[in-house]
Amino acid sequence: MSALLLRDLRLAFRAGGGFGLGLAFFLIVTVMVPFSVGPNSATLAVIAPGVLWLGALLACLLSLDRLLALDWEDGSLDLLATAPLPLEAVLSVKSLAHWLTTGLPLVLAAPVLGVLLNLPAGGYLWITLSLLIGTPALSVIGTFGAALTVGLKRGGLLLSLLVMPLYVPTLIFGAEAARRGAAGMAVETPLLMLGGITLGAIALLPFASAAVLRVNLR
Amino acid sequence: MPDLGKYADTVLSAYAASLLLLALLLVVTLWRGAWVRSELKSVEKRIRGNG
Amino acid sequence: MSIWEYANPKKFLHTSERVLPSLWVVSAVLILGGLIWGFFFTPDDYRQGSTVKIIYLHVPAALMAINAWFMMLLASLIWVIRRHHVSALAAKAAAPVGIIMTLIALITGAIWGQPMWGTWWAWDPRLTSFLVLFLFYLGYIALWEAIDNPDTAADLTSILCLVGSVFAVLSRYAVNFWNQGLHQGASLSLDKEENVADVFAFPLYTCMAGFILFFIALVLYRTGTEIRARRMKALIARERMSDA
Repeated sequence: MSALLLRDLRLAFRAGGGFGLGLAFFLIVTVMVPFSVGPNSATLAVIAPGVLWLGALLACLLSLDRLLALDWEDGSLDLLATAPLPLEAVLSVKSLAHWLTTGLPLVLAAPVLGVLLNLPAGGYLWITLSLLIGTPALSVIGTFGAALTVGLKRGGLLLSLLVMPLYVPTLIFGAEAARRGAAGMAVETPLLMLGGITLGAIALLPFASAAVLRVNLR
Repeated sequence: MPDLGKYADTVLSAYAASLLLLALLLVVTLWRGAWVRSELKSVEKRIRGNG
Repeated sequence: MSIWEYANPKKFLHTSERVLPSLWVVSAVLILGGLIWGFFFTPDDYRQGSTVKIIYLHVPAALMAINAWFMMLLASLIWVIRRHHVSALAAKAAAPVGIIMTLIALITGAIWGQPMWGTWWAWDPRLTSFLVLFLFYLGYIALWEAIDNPDTAADLTSILCLVGSVFAVLSRYAVNFWNQGLHQGASLSLDKEENVADVFAFPLYTCMAGFILFFIALVLYRTGTEIRARRMKALIARERMSDA
């Protein structure tokens, strides 16, 4: 398992592996926001938590089609499916690798980008914490979407269409926690709900992902 | 026609939109059903003719 | 006599063809009767004026929007567990009906909301969850369309339906929570069941029964269409094989 994780990480870091693209996308989206809504710092402060969450979600979404597609093309997915390691575990490891290379950098970048959006001082801790709790769910749900669409030629757009509705609860609770934190209100409930969704997704969704991947591999 | 008062537009447009959508659904369903039915018949006939 | 007999496509087609004509007629009579009753022969509500007449379309459509998804969930489960093709095709056949029902509920709601609430749209929990449901329908239908192999498509869409159901319920709760976080209480949402008097209720029940039967008729008919389309595809494929 750790060998698989190391392999995925190494592939991601290698040139052309796409590491950092998500991060760059997150940066560019955040920079575009003031251009579209105007530079008024009071407005920006209000929408900052939501924008950061949405930007992180989109960056995560856009990196999903690489999650399985490369392994699908060169046939290593078939190898992994016949390996002694259960496919559920393989996909969990892949989700973890995706989170380490996409989700975690987003979490770390969010407070920096918060400065650009004039995020209130109380909000930095909560945006980081809510993203830290929420992004693993994004990776695991995204793996399910990637497994669903892996065999399709034009899967990218469809992948977004399928995964976005599944992201709704995570986004609502995550952004709500960040927003309440930025406004100085109590954040326990949305954070706990967010944690619940993440844990539930990590525990259950790999089975669904493995099931659809088996269908796609037969 | 009952007197719908000042909300006549509202009520009528809601009815029009809904009935239009329902009719559209029905027409598309029946049209595709009829098409598939006739197409299947011709395919079956052709195969029986060949076989 | 067990319900599983209808898993045989031939038997299904035979029976549904016998049932369908009367089903069409009864559902049309109920819907038209309920709508005419409601439109011409019920008084205006003292607060809402004549807009209350929209209820005869709005509520039945919303009812079917949710129940169509529920039926798809059941059909998907039957496909996953017992692998009856008719079941998978019935789920496929129901999805477009469900999305139209959702659309009707959303549109009539928006038109009704305009004079009553002063806005076409509010991010009220009920409205929002229907919008999310609409997105789920879109994704489900798009996935069916995208995959060529019918068995693969049936497998993938049914798992999507199962996972989607869980997330749809989660969204419902999330949306409830989120809106209370923004506004203080749902002051816009009228509690519909509570203030429906008998005068309005009976035509409404008629319409609801009509919509249910109409949905069943549509799904039976569309499932038949899908069965024939599948058979046609198989025949053509076999023909090509023997030609080659």
